[in-house]
Amino acid sequence: MTGAAVSVDRLTVVRGRTRAVDGVSFDIESGSLVGLLGPSGCGKTTLMRCLVGTQVVASGSVRLLGRPAGSRPLRDQVGYVTQVPSVYGDLTVRENLEYFAVVLAAPAGAVERALDEVDLRRHAGSVVERLSGGERARVSLATALLGAPRILVLDEPTVGLDPLLRRSLWSLFRRLAEGGTTLLVSSHVMDEAARCERLLLMRAGRIVADTTPDGLLATTSTDDFESAFVALIERQAAGEG
Amino acid sequence: MSPRRTLATAARVLRQLRHDPRTVGLLVAVPAVLMGLLAWILHGRDHDFDKFGPQLLGIFPLVVMFLVTSVATLRERAGGTLERLLTMPMGKADFVFGYALAFGLAAIVQALVVTGLSLGPYGMTVRGEAWLVVVVAVLDALLGTALGLSVSALAKTEFQAVQFMPAFILPQLLLCGIVVRRAALPGFLHAVSYALPMSYAVDATQQLSAHAAVTTQFGVDVMVVAAFVVAALAIGAATLRRRTP
Repeated sequence: MTGAAVSVDRLTVVRGRTRAVDGVSFDIESGSLVGLLGPSGCGKTTLMRCLVGTQVVASGSVRLLGRPAGSRPLRDQVGYVTQVPSVYGDLTVRENLEYFAVVLAAPAGAVERALDEVDLRRHAGSVVERLSGGERARVSLATALLGAPRILVLDEPTVGLDPLLRRSLWSLFRRLAEGGTTLLVSSHVMDEAARCERLLLMRAGRIVADTTPDGLLATTSTDDFESAFVALIERQAAGEG
Repeated sequence: MSPRRTLATAARVLRQLRHDPRTVGLLVAVPAVLMGLLAWILHGRDHDFDKFGPQLLGIFPLVVMFLVTSVATLRERAGGTLERLLTMPMGKADFVFGYALAFGLAAIVQALVVTGLSLGPYGMTVRGEAWLVVVVAVLDALLGTALGLSVSALAKTEFQAVQFMPAFILPQLLLCGIVVRRAALPGFLHAVSYALPMSYAVDATQQLSAHAAVTTQFGVDVMVVAAFVVAALAIGAATLRRRTP
């Protein structure tokens, strides 16, 4: 039994003929902000689906807060935001949040707090499908914040958002982590690496590096994350060859 | 299962309907117009309208609700909201019964309008009680919703979902006694017709049009249709998957 919030052990997922996740192991400490980076199609989303218990797993174990992923006691402890905003397009922002608040048995005031956290109060009465892509993504994020979950799994939450909004969301993530929430945030934009405490770099279903932003730059002798990732892949390819 | 989550789901589905007045309009208008068309087709042949009218009064709402429910659940799957709900403390039965409740309420409005028009301006007469006609129409609409929920798990795309209507509903329509009396069907098909819910739905309306008093057969029909509704909802809940490949 570890004190880790998330504990993944030799996890393998087979989708069709490919191993979408291939023998992945890692732990995440409570209250940390971890970035899961890698090119699209590398298995980030599949790995995240394993954490929230929606993915059929071939082998290995995934435990959150000491319990198997997806088990009943975890369902109000783990918040999940999918890459494509999964909220009701034909309801208003507030109607969406009010419904999910009941499902999560969220405390009174959760809807108002979530609206402020993602800066959507102005749009509370707007029907979701009339909002911009970035606004819709924030409605989806607000939904995950409603129940004040202890673990947040966020799949590309900042994609398509303008730089100001990205910055404000990352500072929200950091605030949540300081408050004790554990966050795993994926991105295919390598520059977002700088905003995390710890980085898991993924490629072709495997974790190819488990490091910190500074550590990544130091070991690859580069000064930006894009080049660092490329250097890492090239080094690995050389090692394999 | 939690009453709070079931009721919240029903309220949410009704709110979605409220944002889409055209769908609500179609839900009520389509069966009403179809019944009007039938009355017109059988103009001057009151006996035939009194015979076929009640039967189709049970079938039109069933078909409409089957389609609406299939598409609604498919949207939940495709939009990711179903998967999201199932990562939350949401019972599968909360989801299924929430839908049944919401569409059941919509079905009551639909049945009141269609039955009112049929027995009023369209001039349909039944020997049985008018309110029982409404009850049967609502039950049939619920059956449509329940069947839609139970088969929607089989559909991966919209194209598949809409084809479940001809696949699941039309055979029942052929065997339910409207085209040929069930007793006159070939032996095997007659036996099959006993296993199909629409046979009982249609027989219930026939009982109402033929008898002034409530018959035992009517009671049996209603119970069987209600049992099919519950069974189909249970299958719908049981086939929802929290984990997918």
